[in-house]
Amino acid sequence: MHTMLKMLAVFLLTALALPAQAALNIFACEPEWGALAQELAGDKASIYTATTALQDPHHVQARPSLIARARRAQLVVCTGAELEIGWLPLILHESANPVIAADRPGYFEAAHYVQMLEVPSRLDRADGDVHAAGNPHIQLDARNYLPIAQALAARLSELDPANAGFYSNRLQAFSQSWQAALKRWEIQAAPLRGQPVLVQHRAYPYLEAWLGLKQVAELEAKPGMEPSAAHLAQVLSQLQQQPARMVIRAAYQDEKPSEWIAQRAHINAVSLPFSVGGTAAAKDLYGLFDDTIARLLAGLK
Amino acid sequence: MLRYLTLFVAFCIPLSAHAADETELQAIHEQIRQLELRLQQAETKVAHAPEHEHSEAGANAFNPAVSLILSGTYGRIGENPDIPASGFAMSPNNHGYSRSFSLKESELGISASIDPQFSGVATIALAPEGGSSVENAFVQTTALGNGLNLKMGRYFSALGYLNEQHAHAWDFIDQPLVYRTFWDNQLSDDGLQLKWLAPTDTFVELGAELGRGRGYPGTDRQDSNGAGAETLFVHVGDDIGISSSWRAGFSLHQTHQVNAISNNVPDLAATAGGVSDSFTGDSKTSGVDFVWKYAPDGNTTVTNFKLQGEYFQRTQNGSLTYNLAAPVTDSYRVTQSGWYVQGVYQFMPNWRTGVRYDQLSSGNAEVGTTNAANVISNYAYTPTRYTLMFDYSPSEFSRLRLQLAQDKSRADLVDNQIFLQYVMSLGAHGAHQF
Repeated sequence: MHTMLKMLAVFLLTALALPAQAALNIFACEPEWGALAQELAGDKASIYTATTALQDPHHVQARPSLIARARRAQLVVCTGAELEIGWLPLILHESANPVIAADRPGYFEAAHYVQMLEVPSRLDRADGDVHAAGNPHIQLDARNYLPIAQALAARLSELDPANAGFYSNRLQAFSQSWQAALKRWEIQAAPLRGQPVLVQHRAYPYLEAWLGLKQVAELEAKPGMEPSAAHLAQVLSQLQQQPARMVIRAAYQDEKPSEWIAQRAHINAVSLPFSVGGTAAAKDLYGLFDDTIARLLAGLK
Repeated sequence: MLRYLTLFVAFCIPLSAHAADETELQAIHEQIRQLELRLQQAETKVAHAPEHEHSEAGANAFNPAVSLILSGTYGRIGENPDIPASGFAMSPNNHGYSRSFSLKESELGISASIDPQFSGVATIALAPEGGSSVENAFVQTTALGNGLNLKMGRYFSALGYLNEQHAHAWDFIDQPLVYRTFWDNQLSDDGLQLKWLAPTDTFVELGAELGRGRGYPGTDRQDSNGAGAETLFVHVGDDIGISSSWRAGFSLHQTHQVNAISNNVPDLAATAGGVSDSFTGDSKTSGVDFVWKYAPDGNTTVTNFKLQGEYFQRTQNGSLTYNLAAPVTDSYRVTQSGWYVQGVYQFMPNWRTGVRYDQLSSGNAEVGTTNAANVISNYAYTPTRYTLMFDYSPSEFSRLRLQLAQDKSRADLVDNQIFLQYVMSLGAHGAHQF
């Protein structure tokens, strides 16, 4: 009996001690932030990514698995700017984990650290799915990762001060290699500057601002509304005055509207990875932009 | 701001250091070093504290999030919907159908954080004929932690799967027959709900509710200080690969009914228009529920499929007073059950179709001998219903629906129903509940 109790006590103590020793538990809303956290935290964190690049981040449901994973998270890393408004607040509440409440250091919104584009001057649902804080698809301007990485590394150090030196070294290494990659991408993408493009969803202002692409029209009459036949016909006739080189969509989007217009306008339909994992080549953050630029360049042909 | 302050201080210090001997200079250097250190710390702090810099108006700063649901129907019904399902004359029959054009309840929702510890939600139902009722009004904890959530007030019970969902989130314009007869469409109670989420990768949630017993099958007793109804539930869920996810649950509910009066109850004497009966006794219900959702690659925007079903079984045990006009009281015990299964398929963006099958079993009642010649113990009929639905949602805030049903819940009555419905929400963005 006595030994049993002792064993039980030892078991309980180890069970209790384990979480303290284990890596920082990170819940990333989108794959790009999971990948960035991986770059900065390496093996010091255990990262769960809630969505994949093949899922529309606006339309995720608060699935039981997500609530369960958020229960023990010490840090959630999300885009913010209302991208996850339909599901994240519910997950935060249902997981009953105040460590990741919106006012705590365990809650990180990447959109706070970059210059937001397309901040609407009026808020009306008649304008479609617009976000009060601006367009939330910030992950497509590679330059945005530098300030976000800096803020995220600071947050990691705050939550896990024992490894602060580690995170700061990783940040330095990441920033250096990212800056080198930015130079490379900007040179590669030079032919894209000034090129007119069509987009299926209003998801590319950051990519366009970075690479100098010129957006001619959107296939969705209003953001978030499925492209209608009437609107597609209108875009097609608009292309006669204002030709575009290609039509861009995210890997998670229905290919039909893009393909419809591409066939009729004799332009390329380009599916972009949109996030890490959106294509086979977009294995990590570097792959995401290598592949995005390669696909855009191929779209010019 | 802090930088200027440091510079200012740094400039001031040399001014006062007119008698600059070695030790004083050293002290000044130390002071400057300290200030620089503090500046550095302050700068990192600023980098950490984002929310306050960019004021993101969460739900309109301090104003609560407000939403309004608007809904209306056109109905074409063959038979009188007020006739209850066979064998369920002592159960609610709140069908909500009306012929021709009609406005449904408008639902006003208000929610906000109360303070760092609590948040509050109120849902006011505005009846089309005028008047309003409090559908939900509860406060819930936000900072208990350890997977615990406590709710107080009036809420929809978390038993089953459909019970917590508000009418605008239903996949059909009406509830399954088992919900209509067993829970008066939705079990709502005034009380306390405590939920605990296990710290596991698989979703395991345990919950208990203590309530007044306000909603059917409770009888809202005002003569007792104790709880009028108790509910226990467990929900388990997870993903299967990237494309599928599921949740299953088991629920128990018990209450005590006191003088639950039912009118127009058929009897063995075939009294025209039936009689009024009164039941007093225990009501114990158990139920199982499951939902399985599939979307290719987990991406619900283009196509997705949802399969769900629930089964409830209830035993009522007590005494029945037959015909209140000339009362005869004796023991009464019956076990009834009901289930439904439904599938909803989004075959292209914005468009969905769904089918549902409903079935009830009124059971075989054990009627005390003095009432054996009065009370019908076995109706020898299985109520069923088939429902087919199509809906179109131009955005996630609007939905237009066509529903066709063949209702065979009443013996010898086959009712073919057609409904058209709109359900729209304005204001705050609703939650994407699983």
